[in-house]
Amino acid sequence: MSNQQKHWEKTRGLLFITLAIWFVFSIGIFLFGAEMNKVTGPFGYPWTYWFTCQGSLGAFVILIFWFANRQEKIDEEFGFSEREDE
Amino acid sequence: MKGNFIDNLPKVYGIYTGGFIGFIIIMAIAEQMGMTAKAIGIAFVAFTVFIYALIGWLSRTAQADAYYVAGRQVPTVFNGMATAADWMSGASFVAMAGGIYFKGYGYMALLVGWTGGYVLVASLLAPYLRKFGCYTVPDFIGTRYGGNLARFSAVVVLTVASFTYVTAQINATGTIASVALDIPFQYAVYVGLISILLCSMLGGMRGVTWTQVAQYIVLIIAYLLPVFWISNKMGAGFFPHFMLADEVARIGELEQQFGFVKNAAADLKSVPKGLAGITKAHSAVNATPWAFISLALAMMMGTASLPHVMMRYFTTPSVKAARKSVGWSLFFIFLLYSSAPMLATLSKLSLIDPNLPTGIIGKTFAEVEAIDWYQNWNQANLMFISDFNGNGTLELNEFFMGGKAVVLATPEIAGLPYVISGLVAAGGMAAAMSTADGLILAIANAISHDVYYKIIDPKAETAKRLLVARVLLVVIGFAGATIAAMEIQGILGSVIWAFDFAMSGLFFPLVLGVWWKRANRQGAIAGMLGGLVAGAWYLVWVRTGGSGFLGITQLTFGIFGSAVSLVLMVVVSLMTAEPDKATQKMVDDVRVPSGKSILGRSH
Repeated sequence: MSNQQKHWEKTRGLLFITLAIWFVFSIGIFLFGAEMNKVTGPFGYPWTYWFTCQGSLGAFVILIFWFANRQEKIDEEFGFSEREDE
Repeated sequence: MKGNFIDNLPKVYGIYTGGFIGFIIIMAIAEQMGMTAKAIGIAFVAFTVFIYALIGWLSRTAQADAYYVAGRQVPTVFNGMATAADWMSGASFVAMAGGIYFKGYGYMALLVGWTGGYVLVASLLAPYLRKFGCYTVPDFIGTRYGGNLARFSAVVVLTVASFTYVTAQINATGTIASVALDIPFQYAVYVGLISILLCSMLGGMRGVTWTQVAQYIVLIIAYLLPVFWISNKMGAGFFPHFMLADEVARIGELEQQFGFVKNAAADLKSVPKGLAGITKAHSAVNATPWAFISLALAMMMGTASLPHVMMRYFTTPSVKAARKSVGWSLFFIFLLYSSAPMLATLSKLSLIDPNLPTGIIGKTFAEVEAIDWYQNWNQANLMFISDFNGNGTLELNEFFMGGKAVVLATPEIAGLPYVISGLVAAGGMAAAMSTADGLILAIANAISHDVYYKIIDPKAETAKRLLVARVLLVVIGFAGATIAAMEIQGILGSVIWAFDFAMSGLFFPLVLGVWWKRANRQGAIAGMLGGLVAGAWYLVWVRTGGSGFLGITQLTFGIFGSAVSLVLMVVVSLMTAEPDKATQKMVDDVRVPSGKSILGRSH
């Protein structure tokens, strides 16, 4: 397998992990919205309410930065990162 | 100042922010000295619009890559701010807190959808489209799939989605300008339009970028300052985001106590159009999982298909910067979105809690009608009370309000000085203008670059191309303003439709263009046109009394459109020949950040 194929395989792997986490915070937890809202969560808000106001939104911000860092590492590992002068 | 403009950005915008805060303080002093509310409103809107116009003029350019992609040198964090302003429209600023106030949990699917979509943008599309080096979204479709028909189909989808969106934004600038400057809406729409064009016409994407950063700073100050101030004034907590749990619980208690009494249809007829009462629980789960998830999903996929957002990531210096920039965009959006539910909570509690001095539920009608702010907002057609049961006391089901009032009226209800209301008007104007600019530019660029230059006259000189681009900008702006002046659809409804149109026609052709090498021209064309037609058909069907299926409503028709698009694209691609070697090599090159971009620096 060529260097580029390996790079793409790892990139795709990272995509699947990213999308799995995204799925949990955007869709997965809201399947149980009614049950989860009965429990008190962060800062005293009901759990589901907190996720819709802050939790999921914040998770997406962190997820994107985490994804960007991981992808940079993958690009470096296979020598595909951009040179500064480009 | 030493060095070039880009190196000095933090300093330039630091001075700008300081200057703006200084202006707020001057206005506050002027108010104490007797400046009228109307004069303050005019000063805020006029001053900020003048600054944007000045930035637009300073950013004028005669180069194609500056006009289309701001010379690809916008630093990560600043591009994040510009994207946030581009993204947060008049609807986010003026209508979102109102939607949460009235509809609670079911509406908050939009908060999740309009943020979660950025994960898709960062991981599936933005870095790859940046590597491609295109000027517009149809530029990518046209080069990846080849042929004028594919390019043209993308322009069609882009225009349908963005135009639906832009009329709502021009409408919003008109609404704010008409309130702040006290002129009729029909004229205010054109005042709004001219302000918008001043930012974008001379400098194209470069002008829009630097005005959007300035607009973000105004809109975020205008949104956060009142939220913090009101929260402190009510004694709800000095940092509302972490401290409103008791207030949320108290609203739940009051809801139990008052109950949601259903009004008779005959009684509701007397309520002015556009106003609503509180009929849904504030923090309880009041929607089925599918209703919530389908709306969130439609907004997320729509986010990843809207060209005016995607093209902001064409302006970063590198692929790496494009990825990080998506994170910064969402961070800046998060600051406002996470505050909207807090504002809705504070607004609702201050109105309905009989223990608070501002609470009106439980008071007599004579008492409420004597309140200054009630009279003002009743006159502005944003508040209404009616004694349906004839007991002389105001009940929860007898109080009606417009969605915009949550943002526009709460500062006044809480007893904040008028300078805050002027600031909020300037913020709303900034939010609507920045989005309208991005949208008009997206449409005009697609038609000037993809239809005129790439299809009609590939030999046109730069000067002529940019002239065509500017003429189109004005024409599209005026077309949007004319439709906005007719006031056909509410602000929020048309915004949501735009997302559905975009995802119906563009989501899968864009994503599969990068992630599926086998996708070919025939498949992409079938996917774009088939998806758009299927989505539009579903919308018309449901609007004309159709029952719909699978719980897909007129707000989520993009789910049906994009499903049709995916099936058509896969089936047609597999039935026709695979893309040639050169195209496959192109896809391979797009997938790695290093090396030259696919399209030349200036093309």
